[in-house]
Amino acid sequence: MGKNPFAKPASQPPFLHQMLGLTRYHRVERLAFLALIAPNFILFGVFTFWPLLYNLYLSFTKWNMIVPNPTWIGLDNYAAMIQDPIFWRVLWNTIYLATGSITIRLVMALALALVLNQKLAGRDVYRAIIFSPTFTTGAAIALVWAWIFHKDLGLLRLPLSWLGLPSPNWLADVNWTIPALIIVTIWRGLGYDMVIFLAGLQGIPAELYEAARVDGAGRWALFRHITLPLLSPITFFLIVTSIIGALQVFDIVAVMTQGGPMNSSKVYVYYVYENAFKFFKVGYAAALSMVLFLITLAITIFQTRLSRRWVHY
Amino acid sequence: MLASKSISHSQVVIQRLVSRVTSHAVLIFASIIIGLPFFWMISTSFKSDVEVGLFPPVWIPAELLWENYARVWTAAPFEMFYINSVITTLAGLILEVIIGAMSAYAFARIEFPHRDALFLVVLATMMIPGEMALVPNYLTLRNLGWINTYQGIVIPYVSSAFGCFLLRQAFLSIPQDLFDAARMDGAGHLRMLVGIALPMVRPVVATFALFLFIAKWNAYLWPLIVTNTWNMRTLPIGLMMVREAEGTLGWQHVMAASLLVLLPVLVVFFLAQRQIIEGIARGAVKG
Repeated sequence: MGKNPFAKPASQPPFLHQMLGLTRYHRVERLAFLALIAPNFILFGVFTFWPLLYNLYLSFTKWNMIVPNPTWIGLDNYAAMIQDPIFWRVLWNTIYLATGSITIRLVMALALALVLNQKLAGRDVYRAIIFSPTFTTGAAIALVWAWIFHKDLGLLRLPLSWLGLPSPNWLADVNWTIPALIIVTIWRGLGYDMVIFLAGLQGIPAELYEAARVDGAGRWALFRHITLPLLSPITFFLIVTSIIGALQVFDIVAVMTQGGPMNSSKVYVYYVYENAFKFFKVGYAAALSMVLFLITLAITIFQTRLSRRWVHY
Repeated sequence: MLASKSISHSQVVIQRLVSRVTSHAVLIFASIIIGLPFFWMISTSFKSDVEVGLFPPVWIPAELLWENYARVWTAAPFEMFYINSVITTLAGLILEVIIGAMSAYAFARIEFPHRDALFLVVLATMMIPGEMALVPNYLTLRNLGWINTYQGIVIPYVSSAFGCFLLRQAFLSIPQDLFDAARMDGAGHLRMLVGIALPMVRPVVATFALFLFIAKWNAYLWPLIVTNTWNMRTLPIGLMMVREAEGTLGWQHVMAASLLVLLPVLVVFFLAQRQIIEGIARGAVKG
């Protein structure tokens, strides 16, 4: 008897109990809160959290989306990944693209930000032009670059011909597809990195430089001992967001190379897409997505851990 | 003594001038390199078949062939693509602003037990990459019968963690007195949200809407998966059709099509570039 929750009002869940014990004003307040967050939370539940669980389940199954139900195969998809040479190739391509793009971009972006960080006529115009590729439509930009990379008629052949160099067959040569993608991602991401660096530079107190100058520090010493260390959290932020961005590259690859030739430009999300919607290997695609999620999570946790140590206020 | 001082002064002036000129040279060079692909696209889109096949390339076509645009417009159902893009972009944008603002207001202005923990749930969703949900969301929509529909393109992407975060910050900065006064007049939360909170943070809402417009206009992967007939395709995916017709269409047509797709985002960007760039800079330095 004593265990019957209906017999004792006191064993109602505390929240409901509180609700019932509240004044009318508070009840209305709480209902308003719930009503206002409901659309967002329902959508998060259906399209963000449920997929996470469902994806985890699918990653332990084999399914082509046509037969009614997935078949449970345990860890087979994960085992298959380890033995899948294309998976390793895709991972390597993604890392190659990310590091190639990020290192060059950060150096150039920092240099441009330093130049822009002074009173100059037309400063906003330069900033806007250099930033302008950031938010362009990937599919359209990919076509423009495919034309620039054209072996015989492309714009890029021109500077190469001035130097007497032959133009590589950018998008058809296994050694040149990732460099081509690196060029496109640098062009597209440089302005963003520059704007972030610029914001960081403007946040460095001028007194620091003045004090160092009084102590006789030269330009290089100022850069080396004040600018660089104080920009380190921002650099770190850019590296992390660029890696996560590189893991999610899809549209330019889908339009420019479709991952080819011979998987030379196949990047992570493209491989997930291919497995799910071209090969209909849903379980395998789900396992790939889970690994992508874990990599992203690891990077994010690493970032919050490290940035706590890096950021000085 | 005086002479040496004036020499060092003019040296400084020269040094400044040199540094200024170099700065401009570097920036002009960078701007040209960055701008060149846009110029190349526009220039090519007006060329004749013969001019497209020339190397070294022709910079400015002898005659501007506007018919390239007409040709591309009829070669693929561009009208349909435009309508689909406009509908899905605007519907998604409006819904996401509304949903984001509603939840942001609740988190900023209404007391609730464990409110901060709930807000952490919102932030946690930002750590889950959207690509993760491709297959499950496709299956959910299939069960709902939403494949190849506008709501299928729009609804899975209108929940808003970033918007909730951004607008909550903005709402928190509004003085409480304004709300208290409205409350005395008998206003409910919905009226305070629409009548006070949103108008007070209009610039933040505008910046947020700009970002959403660009992101939704450019969306590629999800609309590709969830649509399967050409009459439901949005512009970025419709471009594939032009690409596939490469045998009959030349590069001038492909570039004309690309410009048709890029134009709205480029126009929005250049009209609001200051707001967009400063929004980016502020967000990054804070976060």
